[in-house]
Amino acid sequence: MDDILVAKNVSKAYGDYTALNNISLKIPKNCIYGLLGPNGAGKTSFIRIINQIIYQDAGEVIFDGQPLAPEHIAHIGYLPEERGLYKSMKVGEQALYLAQLKGLSKAEAKKRLEYWFDRLQIGDWWNKKIQELSKGMAQKIQFIVTVLHEPKLLIFDEPFSGFDPINANIIKDEILQLKEKGTSIIFSTHRMESVEELCEYIALIHKSEKILDGRLSEIKKAYKNNIFNVGLEIQQDGAGFLKTLEDKFNILSSDFDANENQLDFTMQLSSNKTSDIIAELSKNANINRFEETIPSANDIFIQTVNQKDNDR
Amino acid sequence: MIDKLRLIIKREYLAKVRNKSFIVMTILSPILIVGMIVLIAFLTDINDNEKRVISVLNQSDFFQNEFTATKNTSYVQFQDLSLDEAKDSTIALGYYGLIHVPSSENLEKTASRAYLFTQDNPNTNVIGSLENIFQRKLRQKRLEGLGVSSKEFSSIEKPFALNLASFDGEKSVKGINEIKAFIGGVFGYAIMMFIIIYGGFVMRSVIEEKTSRIIEVIIASVKPFQLMLGKIIGTSLAGITQFAIWIVSASLLLFISMLVFKIDLSALSNEANLATPGLQGMPQLDSEMMLYAKEIIDIPWTLLIGSFLVYFILGYLIYSSIYAAIGAAVDNETDTQQFIFPIILPLMLAIYVGFFSVFSNPHGPIAVGFSLFPLTSPIVMLMRLPGGIGEGGVPLWQLLLSITFLIITFLGIVSLAAKIYRIGILMYGKRPTYKELFKWLRY
Repeated sequence: MDDILVAKNVSKAYGDYTALNNISLKIPKNCIYGLLGPNGAGKTSFIRIINQIIYQDAGEVIFDGQPLAPEHIAHIGYLPEERGLYKSMKVGEQALYLAQLKGLSKAEAKKRLEYWFDRLQIGDWWNKKIQELSKGMAQKIQFIVTVLHEPKLLIFDEPFSGFDPINANIIKDEILQLKEKGTSIIFSTHRMESVEELCEYIALIHKSEKILDGRLSEIKKAYKNNIFNVGLEIQQDGAGFLKTLEDKFNILSSDFDANENQLDFTMQLSSNKTSDIIAELSKNANINRFEETIPSANDIFIQTVNQKDNDR
Repeated sequence: MIDKLRLIIKREYLAKVRNKSFIVMTILSPILIVGMIVLIAFLTDINDNEKRVISVLNQSDFFQNEFTATKNTSYVQFQDLSLDEAKDSTIALGYYGLIHVPSSENLEKTASRAYLFTQDNPNTNVIGSLENIFQRKLRQKRLEGLGVSSKEFSSIEKPFALNLASFDGEKSVKGINEIKAFIGGVFGYAIMMFIIIYGGFVMRSVIEEKTSRIIEVIIASVKPFQLMLGKIIGTSLAGITQFAIWIVSASLLLFISMLVFKIDLSALSNEANLATPGLQGMPQLDSEMMLYAKEIIDIPWTLLIGSFLVYFILGYLIYSSIYAAIGAAVDNETDTQQFIFPIILPLMLAIYVGFFSVFSNPHGPIAVGFSLFPLTSPIVMLMRLPGGIGEGGVPLWQLLLSITFLIITFLGIVSLAAKIYRIGILMYGKRPTYKELFKWLRY
């Protein structure tokens, strides 16, 4: 029972259009799971199935060891990508209403709301109407409403869109804190920077199919191709030295700064054995940088997607 | 589940009744309507009280006291004046006109040479009453020629009313069918207005949830069907509140303004009676009055009000769920036009067909057909029902069949609308075509 959510061969079609094709995933407990994919890949359909907004045509979803059922709604918090609030309703009333819809009693909802309003320093907004608030302010309220009922599984669809950097940071910290407290989090996005920072696991969905999933660090390891980024401080003629290197190694790109006597280059090795090379280089130059290039999630994303497209 | 539905109903209700324009409408409408009635009554009163004076220059021997004053017209006799002098005097005195009856050897000739002189084009009522005077005189004269004395003539002139009775011997009165259909029509009309006003509210409320993008947050907590149902019920409760306030405050206002302005509303209803040919010949006699009262008391009110509730609830649910589906299918209100027309159409048809065919024959084929067809039956059947059930009224099987059709339609339409709603609320972008809506039903 280590997985909060297991999807087995889930498929969904809208008429002739296939939104999800035979998707199987395991989302471990107490981690941040990145659901990645270009727009229109099927992420939102998958999330809506988890939230029981729509139903799969085939396959099975297991939530915390049980087949997904309506009562699980109370244990799931969902912040949709298309999100908003009633414009002419007061903030406090609205938050109470949404919390009660999730099954909290009015008194309990009020207590928790006061805590969160305090925490995010928005206590004085209680009697304001949404139309008086900025978009970022409204997003904070949406965030609170999503997490208020302390769900086991939180689903954020593009959570940072619409936030300014300061508030995005506040929300990011809150998400990390929730994870510390034991919540499992699904994080759907096509923006890779946030994935690197937050996610331990990812799944890549492309054209309705899952094309990659697993622990992010392992995926990265698998996608390494022994490319190293080297910086040398050399005393001799740069061009000549580079020539001798090119004869021995597969140099991908290079740059020589004559004023600083600095030679930077990337090279691809046949394996990740580096000690011999470092020894050789250090005979003739002063190594100030030698690092393996680990592919970013973005690179992996683009590479896999392109590969998949070429396969067809 | 029920708790959530209650929450939604409460929110929808409060959101509606706290809405500023809703409050303004609630307060303003009765004032406007009563104001309008008072104004019309006031104007009618002024109109009725306008007195026209017509001078009569009678040079013949045939007319003496035929020109008697009526409610709005009085006659002044000129004597020993020439026609030109009479004309000048009429203008100088500011009278409405001058009727000139020249001297001739016989009445026929006199009448054919008589003239009405007026400043402007004469009022048709004035012409009509003058023509009546001549006509009556002529008829009397012609009958006298056939040997009918003037005494006998007045007995000929007595109006005649046919006695009416139903087969079981009960006396009935003229125009009662129309009155009954009219009473049913009021109920039917109330249903139509309610559907159009509050169905529109449901639709706008759905659109608001879509455009404010809160919809997905909510349907992650409740089923779309619950939300739709809660919205329809909440809005209708707000509507019933508004209707109740309207009826109470309008009656109060009307009562007060009648006291203050001393307006006699019966003057208004007399006008209305004359305007509706079917209702002409209203009771002059007390015994007839009693018959009317009896007929109206005899209307099966319990049945009528019970059926009203059934037709109201089912009809409103059918139409407002269609409105909700339309709201879900579009992104903004301007896109709703093409979908709204087909809904309004059966409603309008029901009202017009009802007023034309049920009035003339409550149990004719058209009236029966439309009172069975589920999209028009809530209005048309209610117009037929004041005639009672069974013999002389609506056959029981028709009422039951009509309600059965309505229930089947209700179940069908609501489930279709819920499907469109469920898909539509998550669709943004272009306005769907009917073909696409049909495709959504299969998702």
